[in-house]
Amino acid sequence: MLAYDIVVIGGGPAGLAAAIEAKKNGVDSILVIERDRELGGILQQCIHNGFGLHIFKEELTGPEYAEKFIVELQKLGIEYKLDTMVLNIREDRLVNAINTEDGFMIIKARAIVLAMGCRERTRGAINISGTRPAGVFTAGTAQRFVNMEGYMVGKKVVILGSGDIGLIMARRMTLEGAKVLAVAELMPFSGGLTRNIVQCLDDYDIPLLLSHTVIEIKGKDRVEGVVIAKVDENKRPIKGTEKYYECDTLLLSVGLIPENEISENVGIKMDPITSGPVVNEAMETSIEGIFACGNVVHVHDLVDFVTEESRRAGKNAAKYIKNQIQSEGSITETKPGKGISYIVPQKVRPENIDKTLDLFMRVDNVYHNMNMVISIDGKEIKRMKKRHLAPGEMEAVKIKKEDLMDSKHAEITISLVEEGA
Amino acid sequence: MKAKEMICIVCPLGCHIKVLKNDGVYNVTENKCLRGKEYGIKELTNPIRVLTTTVKIKDALLNRLPVKTKEAIPKHKVIKCMEVINSIEIKSPISVGEVIVENILGTGVDVVASRSM
Repeated sequence: MLAYDIVVIGGGPAGLAAAIEAKKNGVDSILVIERDRELGGILQQCIHNGFGLHIFKEELTGPEYAEKFIVELQKLGIEYKLDTMVLNIREDRLVNAINTEDGFMIIKARAIVLAMGCRERTRGAINISGTRPAGVFTAGTAQRFVNMEGYMVGKKVVILGSGDIGLIMARRMTLEGAKVLAVAELMPFSGGLTRNIVQCLDDYDIPLLLSHTVIEIKGKDRVEGVVIAKVDENKRPIKGTEKYYECDTLLLSVGLIPENEISENVGIKMDPITSGPVVNEAMETSIEGIFACGNVVHVHDLVDFVTEESRRAGKNAAKYIKNQIQSEGSITETKPGKGISYIVPQKVRPENIDKTLDLFMRVDNVYHNMNMVISIDGKEIKRMKKRHLAPGEMEAVKIKKEDLMDSKHAEITISLVEEGA
Repeated sequence: MKAKEMICIVCPLGCHIKVLKNDGVYNVTENKCLRGKEYGIKELTNPIRVLTTTVKIKDALLNRLPVKTKEAIPKHKVIKCMEVINSIEIKSPISVGEVIVENILGTGVDVVASRSM
């Protein structure tokens, strides 16, 4: 049987950062398991720039960002296996994995870091009616075909969903000679960054249809067109607003889901809002010694934040190996209040915090001129002015250790109140 | 002259700003800060963009190598640059940062590899 101190599942930005940080914190026996043919994860297909502003203070493309971590991992001599699939893990931290070289492997780990990332929601997840022709892709699949394999996926394109991947692909398809007819968005606002709306849509005169959705796909063997309709405030299509768009391709950018089959099968407690494991301040899940970080915990909008979170997971996994984690003591829960949809971590053991506790959250709507109020056990400890809040932009809050040690450790609540209230 | 409307992308606020040219002087309105004024004038006089795309590569792990312009280039040259980049084919091995096209279309900007392959 193979045995390692730490096994990291996933070799994308989360797994790479966690493994590197664990090594830097004194753990030598580490294995990273990656199912793809190379390390780097989805960064390798994100050839656009804008990565690394927080971590490296420069604008990098996805592959450049990935390469910095891959080079560091190799320099540190951290072991990794490519083309290897983890089938399941056990509560006693046995990892069952398989590849064509080693066959079936049982790997014993003293700690596990889950870094499997997320995957895209598909046509099936949003139930678009119509025929089932070729030419319907998730935006990320199209991105991989175009940017890595060198295949164009279509010539006349409609995109459903205005998340960042959808916007980026609208520009990418245009640059490669396709005609992007429209980007339809169900919500009355885009989930993508303003910068992407300007530089990916406005630059190329691609219309963004807010409060619109695709209600039917037409075509026998290949997509021949789609019907787009306006939706009401309950997101139901409005009769009489249907418009037919003749196209050969429909790209879907309709959300990401953390990929947690392995976590769920072993019985890790999940958060229904994030669709990721419930974690504590050490990024440890409900099962001792199993940590999680990156998009498998909650979908991030910036890879820089994935890196920061994963470094924290790697550092704590190393501490766990060295028996430096305080697992006794009280547990404080974080509770999303009015206007907040979730907070990560969900549980906090104040004794384990160095100086400050970082909390990450998303708001549930677009807000202007609000106060973000942080309370511990009902007592307000901090208030931050926010001129602009949107669900697409993750918010972060720092809480001092002293404030946590003073409390009765029941709960930390974060809510939005209107300015002046 | 009609005011040009645009969305400022300097920060997440995304102000809908208006830029007007009067007797050679640019006047920016609806901006909430000074950076918005700078952005508005720059977008009207000399909009620039970093171009990221791929080139054909032979004998490599993948069929395409990601590349980028090392600095931003004038926006109106983006499509012409795509034509140049799509007309070439390179051979592995390539290191990250290696120059793929020197001084593309006389912009003074090199196209470089975004990864090693």
